[in-house]
Amino acid sequence: MLQKSIRFFDVTSRWIKFFLIAIVCFLNSSEAKTIRVGANYKFQTIQSALSFAVNGDSILVSKGLYSEGTIIIDKSIALIGESLPVISGDNKYEIMKIVSDNVIVRGFEFRDAGINFIYENSAIKLDGVANCRIEKNVFFNNFFGIYLSRSVSCTITDNEITAFQTKETYSGNGIHLWQCGDMIIKRNKIKGHRDGIYFEFVKRSSIKDNLSENNLRYGLHFMFSDSCSYAHNYFTNNGAGVAVMFTKNVDMHSNHFKNNWGGSAYGLLLKDISDSRIYNNIFSKNSCAIYLEGCNRISTERNDFIENGWALRLMANSMDNVFTKNNFAGNTFDVTTNSTRNYNLFESNYWSEYKGYDLNKDGIGDVPYRPVKLFSFISEKIRPSLILIRSLFVDIINLAENIFPTLTPEGLIDRKPMMKKIQ
Amino acid sequence: MAINVNILAKIIRYQIHDISRSFWLFIYTLFFLLASYGLITFSSDAPKVLISLMNITLIIIPLVSIIFGTIYLYNNKDYIILMLSQPIKRSTLYFGLYLGLVIPLILSFLIGIIIPIVFSKIDLGEHFDVLIFLFIAGIFQTVIFVSIAFWISSVYENRMLGLGLSIFSWLSFSVLYDGFLLIMIHYFQDYPLEKILIGFSLFNPIDLARILLILKLDIAALMGYTGAVFQKFFNTNLGIIISILSLIIWTVVPLILGKRRFAKKDF
Repeated sequence: MLQKSIRFFDVTSRWIKFFLIAIVCFLNSSEAKTIRVGANYKFQTIQSALSFAVNGDSILVSKGLYSEGTIIIDKSIALIGESLPVISGDNKYEIMKIVSDNVIVRGFEFRDAGINFIYENSAIKLDGVANCRIEKNVFFNNFFGIYLSRSVSCTITDNEITAFQTKETYSGNGIHLWQCGDMIIKRNKIKGHRDGIYFEFVKRSSIKDNLSENNLRYGLHFMFSDSCSYAHNYFTNNGAGVAVMFTKNVDMHSNHFKNNWGGSAYGLLLKDISDSRIYNNIFSKNSCAIYLEGCNRISTERNDFIENGWALRLMANSMDNVFTKNNFAGNTFDVTTNSTRNYNLFESNYWSEYKGYDLNKDGIGDVPYRPVKLFSFISEKIRPSLILIRSLFVDIINLAENIFPTLTPEGLIDRKPMMKKIQ
Repeated sequence: MAINVNILAKIIRYQIHDISRSFWLFIYTLFFLLASYGLITFSSDAPKVLISLMNITLIIIPLVSIIFGTIYLYNNKDYIILMLSQPIKRSTLYFGLYLGLVIPLILSFLIGIIIPIVFSKIDLGEHFDVLIFLFIAGIFQTVIFVSIAFWISSVYENRMLGLGLSIFSWLSFSVLYDGFLLIMIHYFQDYPLEKILIGFSLFNPIDLARILLILKLDIAALMGYTGAVFQKFFNTNLGIIISILSLIIWTVVPLILGKRRFAKKDF
C-alpha cells in the first residue's frame, strides 16, 4: 500500500515537473532540442555539448572514442550513444558523474576507469539523484562499474559489466548501492568484479534477472537493506557466493546458486536475517548451500539442494526457522548443526538419503528422518575430523547413531519425509 | 640371497596358471566388473563414480587380498614341501608364490574396472588423473595386504589363528585405526593437529590412499583449513615422494619379515 502511494506520488510529481518544464519552455519560446556530438558535428566532445545543453535536451553521441577526463552531468538530459561509442577513463579518471535528477544514459561503452581508493572511481557515479536510468551500456575493465549513493527511484537495466582484476583489494564492485531507495536492478550481467552487486543501507529495491558470475568475492553482497527482494538471478562461480547480512524482510526466490565452491564459499550466507522468505531457488554444487547464523523466522520452502557439500549449516543461534517441501539430493551432508537442541522446524522435505518405507502409500514416509548424521555433527564441532570422511569407520558410527541417537540433536527431525521428489 | 630369475619366472608362471582356474578369482573379477558397470550406468557424474569406486577399492581389495593371501599359503603347504625337496632357494620360492598371487589379483582388479569404463560413454576428462591414481592405490592395496597375509601365515602354523589375525589386522587398518584417530582428534581438539594427522595418515596404507584420493577430488574444499594444509603437503613433490615411500615400506617390510620366517621355518 505504502509502496503504491509512493509510486503514485512519484508519478504525479513527475507529471508536475513535466508541466512546469513545458510551461518554462513555452515561455522561453524554445523546445527541448537534440544536440549531436561526433567528429563530423559542431560539438566534438561530450563536455562541450553538455555545457551548451539545457534541462530536457537530448545529446546524441555518434560512434568514436571519447576520452575527456571526468564528465559531470548536472542537467536533466538524455545522453544517448549511437552504435556504442566508447568513453574512456584512461586508467586514471572517474568516467562520468551524475549529480542531476532525471538523467538517462544509454548505449555507451565505458572503459578503463582508473583505480582510486579514496574517491572509489567508477564508470558512472550517481550521487544524490532521483529518477535516473542507466540502460544498455557496456562496462569494460573499470574499477567500480555503476556506483549509486544517496539516490532514489533509479533503474539500472540491461548493462554488461566486466572487469579483469585478480586481487580483491584492487577490484571494485560491479553495481554498488549505498543509502538508496526504490531501485530496480534488472537484466544486468556482471563478471569479474569484487562484488557483483553490492547493497548497503538500501530500502524497498528489487534485483531481478541478473547474472553475476566469476566475481572475486560475492556475487551479491547485501547488508542493512530491509524490504528488498531478489529473484530470478543467477549467481555462479563466485569466490564466496552470496552474502545477505543484518537485514529484515527480504524476499529471495527463484534464483540459481551454482558452483560457488571453495574453502570459505557459500551458496547463500545468511547472518542476522529475520522475517524473510527463501523459495523456489536452486542450489547446486556449492560447498555450502545455505549457512544460517543468528537467523530468525525465515521460511525456506520448495528449494532444490543438489550435490552440495553441506546443504544447510544451521548454527545454534538460529530459531523459529521453517524448512518445508525442499528437495535434498546427493549432498555430502544434508544438515549440520553445532547444538544438541533445535528450535527450528523441518517438515515434508524430500531427502535422497532417506531409507524408510511408506506402507499406506500416502507419499509420506512412515519413519521420521534425522538429517543430522553423527559424523556431520562431530565434524561441525571439530573440523579436522573431516579427514575421516568416506572411511568405513564413519559409516559404521553413523549407522549406530541412527539406530540409537545419543549425541545428535533429537529434536532436529523430519516427521513427514516425502518418498518422492517434490516437483 | 641371489634369486634365480629363471626359476622364479617358472614358479610365477605355474602359480598364475594355477590361480587363473580358481573359482574365487573369477568371482573377484566378476564383482569388480558388475560393481563398476553398475556405478557407471546408474550415475553419469564422474566424481561420484570415482568416489564410489574408491570406496570399493579401499574396503574390498584389502579384505580380499589379506584373506586370500593367508588361505593361499596354508592351502599350498603340500606344494611348498614338495618344491623345497628340489634344489630351489626358499627365498625364490617365497617371492615366486607372492608374485604368482599378486599378479592375478591386480589383473582381475584392473580388468574389472577398466572394461566397463572403456565401454561406457562416461566422460572422465579432467578426472583422468584421479582414475590413474585409483589404479595405483588399488595395486598398492593388493601388494601390501598380500605381503601382510604372507607374513602372518608364515609366522603362525595354526590356520584359525592366522585367519583370525588377518581379519583383525584388516579391521584395525580400515576401522579401528580411524576410531583411534577420532578419539585423538577429540581429546586434542584445542591444538593444531593438522601436521600430526599427516604423520598418522602415513602409518595406515588405507587411510593414506583414501586421503590422497579425496584431495584429488574437490571434496577437499569441505575440509577448510585442514584440507588446505593436507593439500599443501600432498601436492608437493616431497609429499608425493614421502607417501609413495610409505606405501613401498608397507609392502617391503612385511614381505622381508615374512621371508625370514619362511626361510627358517620347519615344515
